Amino acid sequence: MATNLAKTDVIIVGLGAAGGVAALPLTRAGLDVTGIEAGAWLTGRDFPPDELRNNVRGWPQSVQKANNEIPTHRPNASAPYSQRPAFHPMMNAVGGTSLHYWAQSWRLNPWDFKVASETARRYGAARIPKGSTVEDWPFGLEELEPYYDLVEHEVGVSGQAGNIAGKIDPRGNVFEGPRKRGYPMPPLRGTEFTERMAGAARTLGWQAFPGPAAINSQTYEGRPGCFYHGYCSRGGCPVHAKNSTAVSTIPKAQATGRLKIVTQAIVTSVEVDQRTGRITGVTYVKGGETYTQPADVVLLAGYTYENVRLLLLSKSRAFPNGLSNNAGQVGRHYFSHFQSMSVSALFPFDLNNWYGLPAQGIAVDNWADDNFDHAGLDFIGGGNLWVYSDRRPIQAANMNTFDKAPSWGAGWKAFIKQNSDRWNTAYIQKTTLPYEDNVLDLDPVEKDSLGFPVIRITADFKDNERKIGAYTQDKMAQWFMEAGASEVDRLPAGAMGPSTHAYGGTRMGDNARTNVVNRFGFSHEVPNLGVLGASTMGTSGARNPTLTVQALAWRTAEHLAKNWSSITNS
Amino acid sequence: MSKKTESETGVSRRGLLQQVGFAGAAVAVSGCNIAPATPGEARVVATPRREALETLNAAEAETLEAIVARLIPTDENGPGATEARAAHYIDRALAGPLRNLRGAYAAGLSALDDYASGAKGAAFAKLNAADQDAVLTDMEKDVATGFAPNAATFFNLLRTHTIEGTFSDPYYGGNADFVGWNLIAYPGLRMGVTADDQRMSAKPAPNRQSAYDDPMFGPMFGRDGGGHGH
Repeated sequence: MATNLAKTDVIIVGLGAAGGVAALPLTRAGLDVTGIEAGAWLTGRDFPPDELRNNVRGWPQSVQKANNEIPTHRPNASAPYSQRPAFHPMMNAVGGTSLHYWAQSWRLNPWDFKVASETARRYGAARIPKGSTVEDWPFGLEELEPYYDLVEHEVGVSGQAGNIAGKIDPRGNVFEGPRKRGYPMPPLRGTEFTERMAGAARTLGWQAFPGPAAINSQTYEGRPGCFYHGYCSRGGCPVHAKNSTAVSTIPKAQATGRLKIVTQAIVTSVEVDQRTGRITGVTYVKGGETYTQPADVVLLAGYTYENVRLLLLSKSRAFPNGLSNNAGQVGRHYFSHFQSMSVSALFPFDLNNWYGLPAQGIAVDNWADDNFDHAGLDFIGGGNLWVYSDRRPIQAANMNTFDKAPSWGAGWKAFIKQNSDRWNTAYIQKTTLPYEDNVLDLDPVEKDSLGFPVIRITADFKDNERKIGAYTQDKMAQWFMEAGASEVDRLPAGAMGPSTHAYGGTRMGDNARTNVVNRFGFSHEVPNLGVLGASTMGTSGARNPTLTVQALAWRTAEHLAKNWSSITNS
Repeated sequence: MSKKTESETGVSRRGLLQQVGFAGAAVAVSGCNIAPATPGEARVVATPRREALETLNAAEAETLEAIVARLIPTDENGPGATEARAAHYIDRALAGPLRNLRGAYAAGLSALDDYASGAKGAAFAKLNAADQDAVLTDMEKDVATGFAPNAATFFNLLRTHTIEGTFSDPYYGGNADFVGWNLIAYPGLRMGVTADDQRMSAKPAPNRQSAYDDPMFGPMFGRDGGGHGH
């Protein structure tokens, strides 16, 4: 029997990158918020520089709720299932995966909001890939700009602006849309290697610039600057130079006295009044006990897979196919960033990449989005090329041998002794579109530890993504060679399984027949249910999603606070 | 410990090592271990007085020790997986975080010895280096028979774990005396890295510490009397 708790104004399910941001404008507006989080509070002590623990054995995911619900994957409805990964890509904690992510904090470029209309305008509607369900966002970059700005300052983002109110600054990304002002901190420093890459890009006539990161380049709001120790990837920051929501917006929200945080609690369903079709609260399990938490509004702020799963699990008479799914759109328009088909390079000299972090790098955006003419090409979109300084010993020993050495024994040992610090692999994020047959649903067999079905991903990368992959690989190989590489290796395409960049499933748009949430992130079918996260995004751009997720979360929260009476029907 | 010399007991040091299996037996015999801390320097490392095979049996440990010695051999490029004590790392891991692979090791090591006996006439650990390499090559190419699901899967497991045991933080029982980090010239853990440290020509002095030598991450329990560190 569930224990009934006292009503609160707003429940946020999941206090990660998105929920941890939304809590701040809500509590500042005077609303009482209960954040229900599956993980615990973690501290700097939880983040030792330990490659085996962080990168190989996957702590903390390996001991968390998320690991009991790793999605299954099959490329298409008649293909065999892929092997399930050992770890869920995301983690549970107050602050969520913003604790140990790479913290690259990009704004989307203007084209990303208008892929359908801009492609039709510039090249003709026939250039939209067959089977794609891509739509324009219900608004453009200019609508989101103020929220990007708020998050950059409240969370703390370092970077170099490239376009302040239309004034182009070639030190930054000349392709970015106009911004009101620059970043609150200068960019992370470069290294001799990343500067060498930047010089090579400029020789090729390309723009090279440092990327934005939610990592302090100097002391910010009392938290120290990054010390570049090399264990940032999949490791939290022991000194809180990485601006997770756990050290930025969540403490600020707590300071209002209006944020209650329930940790290690698993939300199992969203409760609906069958008569009105409105949300009444959520049910969660904590310490083996079941609780019902009533609220006027519920914001789902889990990861993409969990947002979709909770809706599909919350079946009722009013919503027999899952909550907010009477139009059959929950789980549709799913895609995950195409990041494979990268390029590795071998140099004839040491790079000293042993220190740094994935966010300490240099970007080229010339081949991203619609920043180049696609008239003579057979794809739309592109990729952001990113080269960075980051290397750890086990990773170094597992280096690509470029067909120059055996994989073990004396020959291999001699090869890695000479070359372990002479290679670099680029990170190329590519435009990835939603398609009719790339979907999420509930797995008919696999269950989590409470007996609920996990998410099943049915998805594969299509021709458009693979063509971008081949095109950007050529550009990246050219860039590495210009910088003095002796060998390049074009890496193969991977499967479209569980990803850290999972989008869609509860897409945002004005059309209630093709989208789950409206332009403010509230359900078309359930007025007091909001959804936060990349599950609402209809396009990926060619860059990391988190800052966009956070800007959208702030905007949804602000909309709720400003329209409290109409949304709560009170 | 017996004061008798090798000639008195008739037990060779090498024979004892083979019986015990792990390179760490050298410590039990010699009482201390002279290891290079940084190039050109030697220091005495405290003897780990207590050590168990946590899950492998003695024969399995002997076979495993022989395998890792071929995967990352000791040669003119310096110490290998033997000195790193990769097999010790694997034993500990199989008793703990990798316990779900304990059965795969039991079956795989048994199949390996069966294959070695059939193809080369003796258990793996008894073969010469060339025959051992031939057996491992057959596994890697997945032509060795008798493995479930197949030889290449077990080979990849062995390779993965031998690399972990050679290059991971020494807290986990491998990378002894930092031989793995020395091999690839990893400069080591630094909690403050300067711009100069990141120059391509920079060769920061090797800092040979475990993450858990740092008081921030060091012993949580019994901190005052831990006797931690070396």
